Amino acid sequence: MAATKASKEQKYDRQLRLWGDHGQEVLENAHVCLINATASGTEILKNLVLPGIGAFTIIDGHTVLGEDVGNNFFLSQNSIGRNRAQAATELLQELNSDVSGNFVEESADQLLDNDPEFFHRFSIVIGVQLSESTRLRLGSVLWAVGVPFLVCWTYGLMGYMRLVVKEHTVIESHPDNALEDLRLDRPFSELTDHIQSYQLESMEKKDHSHTPWIVIIAKFLETWLTEHDGQPPKNYKEKEAFRQMIREGILKKENGVREDEENFEEAVKNVNTALNPTKVPSSVEDLFNSEQCTNITSQSAAFWVMLRAVKEFVLHEGKGCLPARGTIPDMISDSQRFINLQNVYRDKALQDAAAVAKHVESLLQTTGKTPETLSEKDIKLFCKNAAFLRVVHCRSLAEEYAVESVNKDEITSCMDSPDSEMVLYLMLRSVDRFYQQHSRYPGVYNYQVEEDISKLKLCVTSLLQEYNLNVSIKDDYIHEFCRYGAAEPHTVAAFLGGAAAQEVIKMVSHQFVPFNNTFIYNAMSQTSATYQL
Amino acid sequence: MADSDEPMVVEGGAGDGEWEGRWNHIQKFLERPGPFTHPDFEASSEALSGFHNIHVVDMDTIDLSNLNRQFLFRLKDVGQPKAEVAADFINTRIPGCCVVPHFKKIQDFDETFYRQFHIIVCGLDSVIARRWMNGMLLSLLVYEDGVVDPSSIIPLIDGGTEGFKGNARVILPGITACIDCTLELYPPQINFPMCTIASMPRLPEHCVEYVRMLLWPKDKPFGDTVGLDGDDPEHIKWVYQRSLERAAEFSITGVTYRLTQGVVKRIIPAVASTNAVIAAACATEVFKIASSAYAPLNNYMVFNDVDGLYTYTFEAERKDNCSACSQVPLDMRFSSSSTLQEVLDYLTESSYLQMKSPAITASVEGKNKTLYLQTVASIEQRTRPNLSKTLKELGLADGQELAVADVTTPQTMLFRLSFTS
Repeated sequence: MAATKASKEQKYDRQLRLWGDHGQEVLENAHVCLINATASGTEILKNLVLPGIGAFTIIDGHTVLGEDVGNNFFLSQNSIGRNRAQAATELLQELNSDVSGNFVEESADQLLDNDPEFFHRFSIVIGVQLSESTRLRLGSVLWAVGVPFLVCWTYGLMGYMRLVVKEHTVIESHPDNALEDLRLDRPFSELTDHIQSYQLESMEKKDHSHTPWIVIIAKFLETWLTEHDGQPPKNYKEKEAFRQMIREGILKKENGVREDEENFEEAVKNVNTALNPTKVPSSVEDLFNSEQCTNITSQSAAFWVMLRAVKEFVLHEGKGCLPARGTIPDMISDSQRFINLQNVYRDKALQDAAAVAKHVESLLQTTGKTPETLSEKDIKLFCKNAAFLRVVHCRSLAEEYAVESVNKDEITSCMDSPDSEMVLYLMLRSVDRFYQQHSRYPGVYNYQVEEDISKLKLCVTSLLQEYNLNVSIKDDYIHEFCRYGAAEPHTVAAFLGGAAAQEVIKMVSHQFVPFNNTFIYNAMSQTSATYQL
Repeated sequence: MADSDEPMVVEGGAGDGEWEGRWNHIQKFLERPGPFTHPDFEASSEALSGFHNIHVVDMDTIDLSNLNRQFLFRLKDVGQPKAEVAADFINTRIPGCCVVPHFKKIQDFDETFYRQFHIIVCGLDSVIARRWMNGMLLSLLVYEDGVVDPSSIIPLIDGGTEGFKGNARVILPGITACIDCTLELYPPQINFPMCTIASMPRLPEHCVEYVRMLLWPKDKPFGDTVGLDGDDPEHIKWVYQRSLERAAEFSITGVTYRLTQGVVKRIIPAVASTNAVIAAACATEVFKIASSAYAPLNNYMVFNDVDGLYTYTFEAERKDNCSACSQVPLDMRFSSSSTLQEVLDYLTESSYLQMKSPAITASVEGKNKTLYLQTVASIEQRTRPNLSKTLKELGLADGQELAVADVTTPQTMLFRLSFTS
């Protein structure tokens, strides 16, 4: 047992550094469903099996054809004639023995007819190369029970993804460039006390040169505030003057030349960010004002309970500030001074988290939930990420497709550039229409290419008319989409495979932020776009 | 890649590893004309049906930690050469494919090896290696009257990833921006200052670096000549214990085994998904270039899926004075009283050269003279006094050409010395 755990830690080491042991645990408890083991489908699953997803189930009623083996790495020549779900499961399973692979030799439509509740068990359903009607049927079943649905489609040199989920909360969004939470504009009492313990003027050179820049800025800010009626430096001119003040604080040698004090250089460099006003980000304010936060019930998810607790904290103990994050960036300093300063922030964060925990407790009490549902660890993690919380709401497919609610504005404005990725989306919707009418996709056989162009054009026109979209689509795209013949080239499927798998991992782990809600990849130009449709 | 004169033909029949419908998906792109195809594209049924001859060069062996993303390898393959296992797997899975493995460093081969290929694809793990390959392909270019002979151009497709970020680029040596043209896109690794490590640690990482750089050489815990091997768990354990002790001394929290290993091995996090995206993008470019079906990426794409999915595609520009691909010897301006050390510092520290251990040679009084060479101990000793001599003292003249060799490029670089005073 211990050996397996250790070897799993080694095997997954490179990804544990991204989503942590807790992220990995959630992944290993997830069960994903793939509909259709085409090249796109197996490529997506490959990138879920390798990192150790708990289980997968492939639903596919198709029999493997020669052309399937030609573009699918997870089918071989002796798969021909067998059920595609079964054949693919075998070759995917052997990628990782930690994963449990299953298959159902039926089509999604059959399952929807006979046992729609079969889909309720999954953490997420991935539907690949689906017809419009199957897509909409699935979409409606999954929307009703809150199971996230990821639609993927490789069509010629185009990749398409659509995420369908009513509400998805993210505590650990891991933003790339987060602003530090230094509180220099509104220092808490412990910080003020700590700053006060420094007397820069009377420090020896060694200590002076190794005082953290946070302390330096805080000290000079105090002086500035008394000289400027309590107003911090606001514009460029004032900030420059403030920087100059700090420079003047650099020790001078006997001959009047300035010493080399890198910590003071750091302080000067960090003036701008240090003076950023501490405030609750508007995105978090919006969350505070949302319905889910305002009305906490016994059904409320942990995310909303903790958010409400943080909101209460902000209104009371926090005096308008979020709980302190508790971290500071590294900076030139001797060890002792840095650790002491760091501890001031850390202790404040612990204090604030404890206050938030009290609010959580009282919320749980009033809604009749047991306090064990939210651990101290959960609350600390939530507080640490309070400024980065994200909630994603994707519209349902029904909303996207209905004439009354189609996102006309987005489509029309994107089509101002007639070669934007939006044209590929409209072509895909037109191809859907073609399939509805002709029970096949355009241009699959060579002899069909020419004659299907005019048929596809009719579909394009009717689509634009139905949605009252005043845009024009170049004939070249209609020709190109007939040329594609609904082909699924492996390299495009593989791109989508990587992109989609990561979105699935985001959904399952609730770490990092998923896209909202339509992603288009153009392999011809190697460009992409995301639209909220 | 196969001999360029013979097109590869689709052959039917079950006897030769073919089956019906095998090429259905790809045929649409090779046999049908279309509005967006490259002007040079000629749709025909006699076309590339798959890449039959592929050579793989990789000096590494398979590690357990590779298995979370390197899908051609299994548990039983740990310890085996990557090139050989990969070749085996593909040749078995894809009938008719012939991958030839080379368990070697890319630098073990010379121009006679690389000249045979139509396209080179790289998934290298260092900038140095990329620059070397870049330099190799540039050295194969044939110029006629200052114009590149197109048949001497071997396209280089390069992909790289780090965590959730990645990039793919197409380099046409002599035509588009090369690796060195965009060296600033690869900022040099930042190491912690020595005084921090030696006497003022603040972060757990500082504690690990202290053990790695100062304590290990002092204690020599596994023997006098035994260097720290990041892949040896016993070594990492030792470093981890000592790092904990160091951290305790300074009340620093956060040293873990994982952090220790990460610092010692300079581990970059990696997942299957990002690598799949970038590999796919590169493969798409190989297909476009090999088939002329579409214009290739021009010429750089970045990808990031931390927040949603983001791509940015742009044309990296050639630098007129690129240290690798511009034909002209690069200007080097120094005062005649500057020392050779200053020249050496310039070669290693300038962000657009970033050399590692350059060897400098000049022609003085008709004879080739090695001014300084670091990589051979005896020559280093002999030429070290030159570092403190001035350029004038070394007998160098204004307008003189200096030849510089370095691990970052397979070909010697030429510089022209201009005296400022």
